[in-house]
Amino acid sequence: MDLYSNHKKLYMAALGFFLVLTLFVAIMPALSNQQMTAVLPGSRPLNNLEKEGKNIFIAEGCVACHTQQVRNLDMDKNWGSRPSIAADYAGITRTDIWRNTATLMGSERTGPDLTNVGNRQSSEDWHLLHLYNPRLVVSASVMPSYEWLFELKEYAYPEDKVLSIPGAGKEDRKVVASRQAMALVAYLQSLKQQKLPDGRAVPVFLYNEDAVKTSAATSSAKRETGLDGEALYASNCSSCHQPNGLGIPGAFPSLKGSNIVLDPDPLVQVTVIMKGYDGRAGEGYGAMPAVGTNNNLKPEEIAAIINHERSSWGNQSKQVTVEEVKMIISSLK
Amino acid sequence: MKINKLFITALTGMISTSAAFAVTDGNSGNSGHEISKVVSGLAMGSGIFIMLLLLLWLYRLSVKLRVEAKDRKSDQKRWRQQQLSALNRKDLSHVLTHKAALRKRTGNNAGIVMAIIFMSLLTAPVKAETEPVPELLVKSPGMIITVTLILLPLMIAVWYTGIKISRLIRRIQFRRIENETADLLTTADADPEFYQQLLERKASLDFKLSDEELGSTVFPADQKGLLHNIAEVDSPRFLAAKRKASVPHDLDKALVKVVLWYLVSATAWLVLGTSVGEYLGIKFVAPDADHVSWLSFGRLRPVHTNMVFWGWSSLAMLGLGYYVVPRVSNTVVFSIRLAYWSLILVNSAVLGGSLTLMAGINNGGGEYREYIWPVMALFGGGIFVTLYNYYRTIGKRTTTEIYISNWYIVAAMMFVIVIVLVGYIPQWQNGLGETIVQGYYMHQAVGMWFMLFNLGLIYYFLPQQLNTPIYSYSLGILAFWAQILFYTLIGTHHFLFSSIPWWLQTVAIVGSVGMLIPVFAGTTNFLMTMKGNFHKISRSYTLPFYLVGIIFYFTGSMQGTAEAFRETNLVWHFTDFTTAHSHITMYGIIAFMLWAFIYTLVPRLTGKEPGQHWVGAHFWLALVGLLFYTVPLMIGGTLKGMAWQSGKPFIDSVVLMAPYWLWRAIGGSLMWLSHLVFCWNMYTMTLRRSEDEIRKEVMDALGDHHIISNPV
Repeated sequence: MDLYSNHKKLYMAALGFFLVLTLFVAIMPALSNQQMTAVLPGSRPLNNLEKEGKNIFIAEGCVACHTQQVRNLDMDKNWGSRPSIAADYAGITRTDIWRNTATLMGSERTGPDLTNVGNRQSSEDWHLLHLYNPRLVVSASVMPSYEWLFELKEYAYPEDKVLSIPGAGKEDRKVVASRQAMALVAYLQSLKQQKLPDGRAVPVFLYNEDAVKTSAATSSAKRETGLDGEALYASNCSSCHQPNGLGIPGAFPSLKGSNIVLDPDPLVQVTVIMKGYDGRAGEGYGAMPAVGTNNNLKPEEIAAIINHERSSWGNQSKQVTVEEVKMIISSLK
Repeated sequence: MKINKLFITALTGMISTSAAFAVTDGNSGNSGHEISKVVSGLAMGSGIFIMLLLLLWLYRLSVKLRVEAKDRKSDQKRWRQQQLSALNRKDLSHVLTHKAALRKRTGNNAGIVMAIIFMSLLTAPVKAETEPVPELLVKSPGMIITVTLILLPLMIAVWYTGIKISRLIRRIQFRRIENETADLLTTADADPEFYQQLLERKASLDFKLSDEELGSTVFPADQKGLLHNIAEVDSPRFLAAKRKASVPHDLDKALVKVVLWYLVSATAWLVLGTSVGEYLGIKFVAPDADHVSWLSFGRLRPVHTNMVFWGWSSLAMLGLGYYVVPRVSNTVVFSIRLAYWSLILVNSAVLGGSLTLMAGINNGGGEYREYIWPVMALFGGGIFVTLYNYYRTIGKRTTTEIYISNWYIVAAMMFVIVIVLVGYIPQWQNGLGETIVQGYYMHQAVGMWFMLFNLGLIYYFLPQQLNTPIYSYSLGILAFWAQILFYTLIGTHHFLFSSIPWWLQTVAIVGSVGMLIPVFAGTTNFLMTMKGNFHKISRSYTLPFYLVGIIFYFTGSMQGTAEAFRETNLVWHFTDFTTAHSHITMYGIIAFMLWAFIYTLVPRLTGKEPGQHWVGAHFWLALVGLLFYTVPLMIGGTLKGMAWQSGKPFIDSVVLMAPYWLWRAIGGSLMWLSHLVFCWNMYTMTLRRSEDEIRKEVMDALGDHHIISNPV
């Protein structure tokens, strides 16, 4: 065959074949996606500080370990209330003349997914402490410390954001968050999964083993006992209050011996979980976000968490029932 | 008895390990129970297996017995022939000197045979009994004990029967041979023709070579300088000596120099890039190793990947290509100057890219697309210059056909330019468009650049090293077109279950399965080329690298296909399993093949060989390191995915990885060490002054002053 002894023909054939496939599998889907999808109504573009924060997120290569995509898989439910859709990324365009679009979807999840981190963990104090040294708040973390986003000062100005480092003495120099650190935190806080507009079908999570289980087990009581309060506490609470319930002195209050936890009436405890809490700012404690609402916790899950808190670390208080929690939640609305 | 003992030891070993499992798995009683179930199943299965083996043995014995008992003397002539050829020299002389003595034959053994067959039939019900047992077995321990108690004596009975039968067979055999010998003697006495045949046969067996037919007593002289690799051994050796490389080719000095420049800078990037990688591996174990922004994990990770991609692998490939492309075209390279330009461009791209990445300037996150466009433009420009150079070289080839290496190499060069353009042109990168392009880009960069180019190189170097033609040219052509067809489609399998169109994900999965075709074709081709040459591996210090590269080509690519299915992606996506996979492929395939080619080529270019024990150290450190690196990460990655699926808190999946990350750091250290050894070997092969060179210098200094006058 002439093809195999004529280099022009051979190479043109191979290149043409490759180009056609490239058009079909990359360029055309990308272009059509670009044209077909629009941003969700009600989504807001990043403000300047958040943009600055995103640029730091890009520069530090955070995407190496943190994804920003909720897959339509049941196991990804922790990271958002619905699977991510194309519209979630539609507003993202080229960063600047030097840098390409950063959807930051990522390909490895050494750390948690960040799609909805603004809802899941909205506490500024926590983020700052975590960025300064992740192991101060999550002892098992392998995330790098971003010390260079902070300054050490002998005296802090009133407008400075001073970190309360656990174990730091009064004479020690103050750790002050730089503008970059504040920007990065602002960006992280802005990462919130948007609700789909009414009438738009919510994509389902696939491979849902729970659905199979519930249809098999008819009694809801059986499911209720199956919930692991300790695991739910670890997923939702322990990054601040710590696995040992002691919190971080000066930053996050202890739950061991806490009046709210030991109160036989769960009204305040449920309210704090559902609505957040800012009552102890005077003592230097950060504000608690509305964890229950942000993370879409069900009454059963909240009851399991409360019961875990009430029976651990030396706490011994009256256990609550799902019914009680349900009543309180409905009264809050 | 020994086997029985072994079996019992194995069984107790299994039980004790299962007990250990049960202890470590203390909090989940379920898995302990399941393991004991598995162990009892295994024990029963092996019991039944042994029983079946015994029965098979018994059947074979009875068949043998039936054959023995047959009357063989029906065809007189054939029988004689058989006897004649069965006897050796000694037997023949016995027969010939023997005085005829007739003995009466005894009757045959039909009775005994019938009894034995009957006995073996008796054992058949045992087989029938064992069939339905397994279903019942697992259910209750009582059943297991009962069945074991029945099975044990049955096995002993079968074994005993077998022993009896084989003794009987031996007795019958003895009697048959006795009878045959007697018959032989009578025939020899009675039939002079047969006697004559016996004599002739004896004479031909008595023939012996004088040992001097092929030559003389003159000692051989190597008059044409053809003998190499003569190894004389007079003491036991700890390390086997391998074949030496053949004498250097007469090559254009300028070409040799530029190829060496490519390979040396590739080696430098390898050492540097894997030092960074090694440090990253350590950071998983010691995250507080430093708090310097330029050395933080997120910034260094792309430095490592891009440096070994574009610095080490790409430069090594280009350099080797500058040797292979003109050689298989039977011409000289179009322009050496352009080769240097390309070298400078690619090197400056890697240098600039690494520095910008460490300074925090990157393209926005896509893997292997972290260099900003001005840097990548340098790289693309370098590739384009070399593509032009290769193309013009092939254009002035003196062969009619284009050897398959040049298909793969030039295609890889063209494709990588297209890939970089598609990846960096901003027109289709908004929103999800970026992700669709990213899937395409990152996978094409691996498969259409590194893999395709390396396949081209191996189509030249493997047959060259084995001194044998490639097994099948057609398979190479099939693999070429199939690779283009399927590989181009598979990029988006990195984004399964994400928000990119579902159909595109499905196309990627189909393409991943289609990759079986080129991978099978390629592996078959290489292994069949090696077939019949496997003995050469132990005598060569380069071929082990080829073999490992080919094996990982198969397993690594198969693993890629296995990971692409939705069900497996569920467990493995986002975990360290992918990291293991990328190292199996980029290291196990690409790096091992490149080392194979470099160790093949450089001694031929410079005439200087590396120390064979150093090459061995490099090989084993790299291989063992790679296994220490990848296997724990695969196990840990699987466990991580399973932990996510079971809804455990995320931090648990970080904690469980700790021992596997430690193993990764250990494996990584071994790999890194092997690169230092490789670096030393490169030095030995290039810059280090060898004894030969010094001798040449001394000889040259002698000059013409010492003309030895001819005494004749």
